Amino acid sequence: MVIPRRRFVIGAGAAAVAAIAGAGAFAAPKPRTVKIVARRFQYTPNTVKLEKGEPVVFELTTQDVFMGMNIPDFGIRSDIVPGKTMKLAFTPDKAGTFTFVCDVFCGDGHEGMSGTLVVT
Amino acid sequence: MTIDRRTFLQLAALGGGAVFASSLAGAARAAGADYDDFYFVQLSDAHWGFNGPAVNPDARGTLPKAIEAVNALAEQPDFVVFTGDLTHTTDNPVERRKRMGEFKEIVSKLKVKDVRFMPGEHDAALDHGKAFGEHFGDTHYTFAHKGVNFIALDNVSDPAARIGDEQLAWLSAELARLPKDAKIVVLTHRPLFDLAPQWDWATRDGAKAIELLMPYENVTVFYGHIHQENHRMTGHIAHHSAKSLMFPLPAPMSQPKREPIPWDAQNPYRGLGFREVEAEEKGAKLAITELPVVRA
Repeated sequence: MVIPRRRFVIGAGAAAVAAIAGAGAFAAPKPRTVKIVARRFQYTPNTVKLEKGEPVVFELTTQDVFMGMNIPDFGIRSDIVPGKTMKLAFTPDKAGTFTFVCDVFCGDGHEGMSGTLVVT
Repeated sequence: MTIDRRTFLQLAALGGGAVFASSLAGAARAAGADYDDFYFVQLSDAHWGFNGPAVNPDARGTLPKAIEAVNALAEQPDFVVFTGDLTHTTDNPVERRKRMGEFKEIVSKLKVKDVRFMPGEHDAALDHGKAFGEHFGDTHYTFAHKGVNFIALDNVSDPAARIGDEQLAWLSAELARLPKDAKIVVLTHRPLFDLAPQWDWATRDGAKAIELLMPYENVTVFYGHIHQENHRMTGHIAHHSAKSLMFPLPAPMSQPKREPIPWDAQNPYRGLGFREVEAEEKGAKLAITELPVVRA
Protein backbone atom coordinates (compact mmCIF):
# COMPACT_ATOMS: atom_id res chain seq x y z
CA MET A 1 0.00 0.00 0.00
CA VAL A 2 1.34 3.38 -0.91
CA ILE A 3 0.94 6.09 1.68
CA PRO A 4 -0.33 9.18 -0.07
CA ARG A 5 1.74 12.24 0.58
CA ARG A 6 -0.37 15.17 1.54
CA ARG A 7 0.10 18.35 -0.33
CA PHE A 8 0.74 21.30 1.88
CA VAL A 9 -0.20 24.75 0.81
CA ILE A 10 0.68 27.10 3.57
CA GLY A 11 -0.16 30.71 4.09
CA ALA A 12 1.60 33.20 1.90
CA GLY A 13 2.92 30.46 -0.37
CA ALA A 14 -0.59 29.53 -1.30
CA ALA A 15 -1.46 33.13 -1.98
CA ALA A 16 1.61 33.42 -4.19
CA VAL A 17 0.59 30.39 -6.22
CA ALA A 18 -2.83 31.87 -6.72
CA ALA A 19 -1.32 35.22 -7.73
CA ILE A 20 0.99 33.64 -10.30
CA ALA A 21 -1.89 31.67 -11.75
CA GLY A 22 -3.86 34.88 -12.08
CA ALA A 23 -1.08 36.64 -14.03
CA GLY A 24 -1.36 34.35 -17.07
CA ALA A 25 -2.50 35.27 -20.53
CA PHE A 26 -6.08 34.38 -19.69
CA ALA A 27 -7.69 36.36 -16.96
CA ALA A 28 -8.73 33.95 -14.23
CA PRO A 29 -11.74 34.83 -12.13
CA LYS A 30 -10.82 36.76 -9.02
CA PRO A 31 -10.93 34.38 -6.07
CA ARG A 32 -13.61 34.89 -3.51
CA THR A 33 -12.35 35.69 -0.05
CA VAL A 34 -13.80 33.70 2.85
CA LYS A 35 -12.85 34.88 6.33
CA ILE A 36 -12.76 32.26 9.07
CA VAL A 37 -12.04 33.11 12.67
CA ALA A 38 -10.73 30.39 14.97
CA ARG A 39 -10.86 30.31 18.73
CA ARG A 40 -10.75 27.45 21.13
CA PHE A 41 -12.57 25.23 20.12
CA GLN A 42 -14.54 26.41 17.14
CA TYR A 43 -14.42 28.04 13.76
CA THR A 44 -16.70 30.94 12.82
CA PRO A 45 -18.35 30.29 10.47
CA ASN A 46 -18.17 26.54 10.85
CA THR A 47 -20.09 25.84 7.67
CA VAL A 48 -18.82 27.28 4.40
CA LYS A 49 -20.62 26.97 1.08
CA LEU A 50 -18.58 27.01 -2.13
CA GLU A 51 -19.15 26.25 -5.76
CA LYS A 52 -17.20 23.64 -7.64
CA GLY A 53 -14.54 25.31 -9.77
CA GLU A 54 -14.81 28.59 -7.91
CA PRO A 55 -11.43 29.82 -6.71
CA VAL A 56 -11.42 30.94 -3.09
CA VAL A 57 -8.94 32.31 -0.61
CA PHE A 58 -9.54 31.54 3.04
CA GLU A 59 -8.34 34.32 5.31
CA LEU A 60 -7.67 32.64 8.62
CA THR A 61 -7.15 34.31 11.97
CA THR A 62 -7.15 33.10 15.56
CA GLN A 63 -8.41 34.94 18.60
CA ASP A 64 -6.31 32.98 21.04
CA VAL A 65 -3.83 30.16 20.45
CA PHE A 66 -1.97 28.59 17.54
CA MET A 67 -4.39 26.53 15.45
CA GLY A 68 -4.59 24.75 12.14
CA MET A 69 -7.09 24.27 9.38
CA ASN A 70 -6.85 21.06 7.41
CA ILE A 71 -9.16 19.99 4.58
CA PRO A 72 -7.96 16.42 4.02
CA ASP A 73 -10.27 15.68 1.13
CA PHE A 74 -8.53 18.40 -0.87
CA GLY A 75 -5.05 17.78 0.53
CA ILE A 76 -4.55 21.31 1.80
CA ARG A 77 -3.91 22.87 5.18
CA SER A 78 -2.61 25.96 6.87
CA ASP A 79 -1.34 26.96 10.25
CA ILE A 80 -3.31 29.73 11.93
CA VAL A 81 -0.82 31.88 13.78
CA PRO A 82 -1.85 34.38 16.46
CA GLY A 83 -1.52 37.96 15.26
CA LYS A 84 -1.40 37.05 11.59
CA THR A 85 -3.85 36.61 8.76
CA MET A 86 -3.06 33.35 7.02
CA LYS A 87 -4.19 32.84 3.45
CA LEU A 88 -5.13 29.49 2.04
CA ALA A 89 -6.07 29.42 -1.63
CA PHE A 90 -7.69 26.60 -3.53
CA THR A 91 -10.32 25.75 -6.07
CA PRO A 92 -12.63 22.89 -5.16
CA ASP A 93 -12.62 20.38 -7.99
CA LYS A 94 -15.37 18.15 -6.66
CA ALA A 95 -18.80 18.58 -5.14
CA GLY A 96 -19.92 17.20 -1.82
CA THR A 97 -19.78 17.78 1.90
CA PHE A 98 -16.34 17.76 3.44
CA THR A 99 -14.85 18.23 6.87
CA PHE A 100 -12.24 20.76 7.84
CA VAL A 101 -10.49 20.16 11.11
CA CYS A 102 -8.03 21.73 13.51
CA ASP A 103 -4.86 19.66 13.23
CA VAL A 104 -2.83 21.48 15.87
CA PHE A 105 -3.66 20.25 19.37
CA CYS A 106 -5.07 23.24 21.23
CA GLY A 107 -6.46 21.87 24.49
CA ASP A 108 -9.38 20.07 26.06
CA GLY A 109 -11.97 20.40 23.31
CA HIS A 110 -9.58 20.17 20.37
CA GLU A 111 -11.16 16.91 19.27
CA GLY A 112 -14.45 18.68 18.63
CA MET A 113 -12.98 21.54 16.61
CA SER A 114 -14.12 21.05 13.06
CA GLY A 115 -16.29 22.58 10.38
CA THR A 116 -18.09 21.65 7.20
CA LEU A 117 -17.38 22.61 3.63
CA VAL A 118 -20.35 22.26 1.29
CA VAL A 119 -19.38 22.33 -2.38
CA THR A 120 -22.22 22.42 -4.94
CA MET B 1 7.07 -30.81 26.73
CA THR B 2 6.94 -27.12 26.07
CA ILE B 3 3.46 -25.68 26.08
CA ASP B 4 3.02 -23.15 23.32
CA ARG B 5 1.95 -19.97 25.01
CA ARG B 6 -0.04 -18.98 21.95
CA THR B 7 -2.11 -22.11 22.29
CA PHE B 8 -2.60 -21.20 25.91
CA LEU B 9 -3.71 -17.71 24.94
CA GLN B 10 -6.09 -19.01 22.33
CA LEU B 11 -7.66 -21.25 24.90
CA ALA B 12 -7.77 -18.42 27.37
CA ALA B 13 -9.39 -16.23 24.76
CA LEU B 14 -12.41 -18.48 24.83
CA GLY B 15 -12.96 -17.09 28.29
CA GLY B 16 -13.36 -13.51 27.16
CA GLY B 17 -10.33 -12.37 25.22
CA ALA B 18 -9.83 -12.18 21.50
CA VAL B 19 -6.73 -13.30 19.70
CA PHE B 20 -5.41 -11.56 16.64
CA ALA B 21 -2.42 -13.11 14.93
CA SER B 22 -0.19 -10.39 13.58
CA SER B 23 0.63 -10.76 9.92
CA LEU B 24 4.34 -10.33 10.41
CA ALA B 25 5.95 -12.56 7.85
CA GLY B 26 8.59 -14.92 9.07
CA ALA B 27 9.71 -18.44 9.48
CA ALA B 28 7.27 -20.67 11.27
CA ARG B 29 8.54 -22.27 14.42
CA ALA B 30 9.47 -25.89 13.98
CA ALA B 31 6.81 -28.07 15.53
CA GLY B 32 7.77 -29.29 18.97
CA ALA B 33 10.92 -27.17 19.25
CA ASP B 34 11.61 -25.38 22.51
CA TYR B 35 11.75 -21.61 22.34
CA ASP B 36 12.10 -18.81 24.76
CA ASP B 37 9.16 -16.60 23.95
CA PHE B 38 7.96 -13.66 25.97
CA TYR B 39 5.04 -11.33 26.10
CA PHE B 40 4.37 -7.77 27.04
CA VAL B 41 1.22 -5.84 27.88
CA GLN B 42 0.12 -2.69 26.08
CA LEU B 43 -2.13 -0.25 27.91
CA SER B 44 -3.19 3.04 26.40
CA ASP B 45 -5.20 6.20 26.72
CA ALA B 46 -5.93 6.16 30.45
CA HIS B 47 -6.80 9.90 30.36
CA TRP B 48 -6.34 10.19 34.10
CA GLY B 49 -8.13 13.37 35.22
CA PHE B 50 -10.95 13.09 32.67
CA ASN B 51 -14.36 13.93 34.07
CA GLY B 52 -17.42 12.91 32.08
CA PRO B 53 -19.92 10.68 33.87
CA ALA B 54 -21.93 10.13 30.69
CA VAL B 55 -19.06 8.27 29.08
CA ASN B 56 -17.35 6.87 32.16
CA PRO B 57 -18.94 7.20 35.61
CA ASP B 58 -15.98 5.26 37.03
CA ALA B 59 -13.30 7.58 35.73
CA ARG B 60 -11.18 7.23 38.85
CA GLY B 61 -11.73 3.51 39.15
CA THR B 62 -11.05 2.18 35.67
CA LEU B 63 -7.27 2.56 35.62
CA PRO B 64 -6.88 0.90 39.03
CA LYS B 65 -9.10 -1.94 37.80
CA ALA B 66 -6.89 -2.34 34.73
CA ILE B 67 -3.81 -2.52 36.95
CA GLU B 68 -5.54 -5.19 39.05
CA ALA B 69 -6.42 -7.09 35.88
CA VAL B 70 -2.79 -7.07 34.73
CA ASN B 71 -1.62 -8.14 38.17
CA ALA B 72 -4.12 -10.99 38.07
CA LEU B 73 -2.68 -12.48 34.87
CA ALA B 74 -1.59 -16.01 35.59
CA GLU B 75 1.75 -15.44 33.99
CA GLN B 76 3.18 -11.95 34.40
CA PRO B 77 4.46 -10.14 31.31
CA ASP B 78 8.13 -9.29 30.86
CA PHE B 79 7.20 -5.63 30.73
CA VAL B 80 4.33 -3.20 30.28
CA VAL B 81 4.06 -0.30 27.84
CA PHE B 82 1.72 2.67 28.01
CA THR B 83 1.26 4.18 24.55
CA GLY B 84 0.24 7.68 25.51
CA ASP B 85 -2.51 9.87 26.90
CA LEU B 86 -1.65 8.72 30.38
CA THR B 87 -3.43 11.85 31.58
CA HIS B 88 -6.21 14.03 30.23
CA THR B 89 -5.05 17.43 29.10
CA THR B 90 -5.35 20.56 31.18
CA ASP B 91 -4.20 24.12 30.63
CA ASN B 92 -3.01 24.27 34.24
CA PRO B 93 0.64 23.14 34.55
CA VAL B 94 0.22 22.44 38.26
CA GLU B 95 -2.83 20.26 37.66
CA ARG B 96 -1.02 18.52 34.78
CA ARG B 97 1.79 17.51 37.11
CA LYS B 98 -0.68 16.48 39.81
CA ARG B 99 -2.41 14.14 37.36
CA MET B 100 0.90 12.68 36.25
CA GLY B 101 1.92 12.12 39.85
CA GLU B 102 -1.36 10.36 40.61
CA PHE B 103 -1.06 8.25 37.49
CA LYS B 104 2.46 7.26 38.40
CA GLU B 105 1.37 6.30 41.91
CA ILE B 106 -1.44 4.08 40.59
CA VAL B 107 0.70 2.24 38.04
CA SER B 108 3.43 1.74 40.61
CA LYS B 109 1.12 -0.98 41.95
CA LEU B 110 1.88 -3.13 38.91
CA LYS B 111 3.66 -6.29 39.94
CA VAL B 112 5.84 -5.90 36.87
CA LYS B 113 8.37 -3.19 37.51
CA ASP B 114 9.67 -2.85 33.96
CA VAL B 115 7.20 -0.26 32.70
CA ARG B 116 7.76 1.90 29.62
CA PHE B 117 5.89 5.16 29.18
CA MET B 118 5.13 7.19 26.10
CA PRO B 119 3.31 10.49 25.82
CA GLY B 120 0.08 11.27 24.04
CA GLU B 121 -0.90 14.73 22.89
CA HIS B 122 -2.96 15.15 26.07
CA ASP B 123 0.22 14.68 28.12
CA ALA B 124 2.70 16.55 26.02
CA ALA B 125 1.34 18.85 23.32
CA LEU B 126 0.63 21.93 25.43
CA ASP B 127 4.11 22.09 26.97
CA HIS B 128 6.12 20.19 24.33
CA GLY B 129 6.63 17.25 26.66
CA LYS B 130 8.13 19.17 29.59
CA ALA B 131 5.96 17.77 32.40
CA PHE B 132 6.03 14.32 30.84
CA GLY B 133 9.81 14.42 30.78
CA GLU B 134 9.92 15.38 34.45
CA HIS B 135 7.79 12.39 35.42
CA PHE B 136 8.51 9.69 32.88
CA GLY B 137 11.74 10.51 31.07
CA ASP B 138 12.46 10.61 27.36
CA THR B 139 9.61 10.85 24.88
CA HIS B 140 11.42 8.76 22.27
CA TYR B 141 13.89 5.96 22.85
CA THR B 142 14.85 2.43 21.94
CA PHE B 143 15.33 -0.75 23.88
CA ALA B 144 15.93 -4.37 22.99
CA HIS B 145 14.35 -7.38 24.64
CA LYS B 146 15.14 -11.01 23.83
CA GLY B 147 16.00 -10.28 20.24
CA VAL B 148 13.22 -7.80 19.51
CA ASN B 149 14.13 -4.16 18.88
CA PHE B 150 11.62 -1.71 20.30
CA ILE B 151 11.48 1.85 19.03
CA ALA B 152 9.30 4.41 20.82
CA LEU B 153 8.44 7.32 18.53
CA ASP B 154 7.08 10.65 19.75
CA ASN B 155 4.48 12.14 17.39
CA VAL B 156 2.71 14.25 19.99
CA SER B 157 5.09 16.65 21.74
CA ASP B 158 4.79 18.83 18.67
CA PRO B 159 1.15 19.99 18.86
CA ALA B 160 1.08 19.86 15.07
CA ALA B 161 1.56 16.07 15.29
CA ARG B 162 4.93 15.95 13.60
CA ILE B 163 7.71 13.55 14.43
CA GLY B 164 10.07 16.20 13.17
CA ASP B 165 13.23 16.08 11.10
CA GLU B 166 15.51 15.72 14.12
CA GLN B 167 13.73 12.66 15.46
CA LEU B 168 13.43 11.19 11.96
CA ALA B 169 17.21 11.52 11.59
CA TRP B 170 17.58 9.77 14.93
CA LEU B 171 15.22 7.01 13.74
CA SER B 172 17.22 6.62 10.55
CA ALA B 173 20.45 6.28 12.53
CA GLU B 174 18.90 3.74 14.92
CA LEU B 175 17.58 1.66 12.03
CA ALA B 176 20.92 1.78 10.23
CA ARG B 177 22.42 -0.26 13.05
CA LEU B 178 19.96 -3.12 12.46
CA PRO B 179 20.00 -5.84 9.82
CA LYS B 180 17.12 -5.82 7.36
CA ASP B 181 15.63 -8.94 8.92
CA ALA B 182 15.70 -7.54 12.47
CA LYS B 183 12.55 -7.94 14.50
CA ILE B 184 11.27 -4.41 15.07
CA VAL B 185 8.33 -3.21 17.13
CA VAL B 186 7.45 0.46 16.91
CA LEU B 187 5.50 2.01 19.76
CA THR B 188 3.81 5.34 19.18
CA HIS B 189 0.66 7.23 20.06
CA ARG B 190 -0.91 8.46 16.85
CA PRO B 191 -1.30 6.32 13.75
CA LEU B 192 1.70 6.79 11.50
CA PHE B 193 -0.53 6.52 8.44
CA ASP B 194 -3.55 8.56 7.42
CA LEU B 195 -6.22 6.55 9.19
CA ALA B 196 -8.75 9.40 9.33
CA PRO B 197 -7.19 12.85 8.97
CA GLN B 198 -10.72 14.30 9.01
CA TRP B 199 -10.72 13.27 12.68
CA ASP B 200 -7.09 14.23 13.20
CA TRP B 201 -6.16 10.55 13.29
CA ALA B 202 -2.86 10.87 11.50
CA THR B 203 0.75 11.95 11.91
CA ARG B 204 1.67 14.78 9.60
CA ASP B 205 5.06 13.35 8.67
CA GLY B 206 4.25 9.75 9.54
CA ALA B 207 4.80 8.68 5.94
CA LYS B 208 8.46 9.59 6.35
CA ALA B 209 8.79 7.21 9.31
CA ILE B 210 7.07 4.43 7.36
CA GLU B 211 9.40 5.07 4.44
CA LEU B 212 12.38 4.60 6.75
CA LEU B 213 10.87 1.37 8.12
CA MET B 214 9.89 -0.14 4.77
CA PRO B 215 13.27 -1.73 3.97
CA TYR B 216 12.98 -3.82 7.14
CA GLU B 217 11.23 -7.14 6.77
CA ASN B 218 9.72 -7.60 10.22
CA VAL B 219 8.07 -4.44 11.51
CA THR B 220 4.95 -4.11 13.63
CA VAL B 221 3.54 -0.87 15.00
CA PHE B 222 1.47 -0.59 18.17
CA TYR B 223 -0.26 2.68 18.86
CA GLY B 224 -3.16 4.27 20.77
CA HIS B 225 -5.02 7.55 20.24
CA ILE B 226 -8.17 6.19 18.60
CA HIS B 227 -9.54 4.32 21.64
CA GLN B 228 -10.37 1.10 19.80
CA GLU B 229 -8.79 -1.81 18.04
CA ASN B 230 -7.84 -1.19 14.45
CA HIS B 231 -5.61 -3.42 12.35
CA ARG B 232 -4.18 -2.07 9.15
CA MET B 233 -1.32 -2.83 6.80
CA THR B 234 0.92 -0.38 4.97
CA GLY B 235 2.76 -2.70 2.65
CA HIS B 236 4.18 -5.45 4.84
CA ILE B 237 4.05 -3.33 8.03
CA ALA B 238 1.21 -4.12 10.42
CA HIS B 239 -0.33 -1.36 12.54
CA HIS B 240 -2.43 -2.24 15.60
CA SER B 241 -4.24 0.37 17.68
CA ALA B 242 -5.24 -0.28 21.28
CA LYS B 243 -8.37 0.24 23.29
CA SER B 244 -8.60 3.00 25.86
CA LEU B 245 -8.89 2.77 29.62
CA MET B 246 -11.34 5.68 29.81
CA PHE B 247 -13.83 5.76 26.92
CA PRO B 248 -14.21 4.16 23.49
CA LEU B 249 -14.49 6.18 20.30
CA PRO B 250 -16.52 5.30 17.20
CA ALA B 251 -15.04 3.51 14.20
CA PRO B 252 -13.14 5.84 11.89
CA MET B 253 -15.51 8.10 9.92
CA SER B 254 -18.52 6.03 10.97
CA GLN B 255 -20.41 9.11 12.10
CA PRO B 256 -20.09 12.87 11.55
CA LYS B 257 -18.21 13.60 14.79
CA ARG B 258 -15.63 11.62 16.74
CA GLU B 259 -17.57 11.89 19.98
CA PRO B 260 -16.99 9.38 22.80
CA ILE B 261 -19.35 6.44 22.90
CA PRO B 262 -21.68 6.86 25.88
CA TRP B 263 -21.41 4.53 28.86
CA ASP B 264 -23.57 1.45 28.53
CA ALA B 265 -24.99 0.67 31.97
CA GLN B 266 -26.02 -2.80 30.76
CA ASN B 267 -22.46 -3.50 29.67
CA PRO B 268 -20.20 -1.40 31.87
CA TYR B 269 -16.60 -0.96 30.68
CA ARG B 270 -17.54 -2.24 27.24
CA GLY B 271 -15.02 -1.13 24.65
CA LEU B 272 -12.29 -0.61 27.24
CA GLY B 273 -9.37 -2.93 27.66
CA PHE B 274 -5.75 -3.76 27.12
CA ARG B 275 -3.76 -6.32 25.21
CA GLU B 276 -1.09 -8.90 25.50
CA VAL B 277 1.49 -9.21 22.74
CA GLU B 278 3.43 -12.43 22.56
CA ALA B 279 6.72 -12.52 20.71
CA GLU B 280 8.50 -15.67 19.75
CA GLU B 281 12.22 -15.39 20.10
CA LYS B 282 13.01 -17.81 17.30
CA GLY B 283 10.27 -16.73 14.96
CA ALA B 284 9.09 -13.43 13.63
CA LYS B 285 5.48 -13.64 14.63
CA LEU B 286 3.48 -11.77 17.20
CA ALA B 287 0.24 -12.96 18.73
CA ILE B 288 -2.14 -10.36 20.11
CA THR B 289 -4.74 -11.07 22.73
CA GLU B 290 -7.32 -8.45 23.65
CA LEU B 291 -8.50 -8.44 27.24
CA PRO B 292 -11.26 -6.50 28.99
CA VAL B 293 -10.72 -4.28 32.04
CA VAL B 294 -13.44 -6.17 33.86
CA ARG B 295 -14.60 -9.63 32.90
CA ALA B 296 -18.36 -10.00 32.47
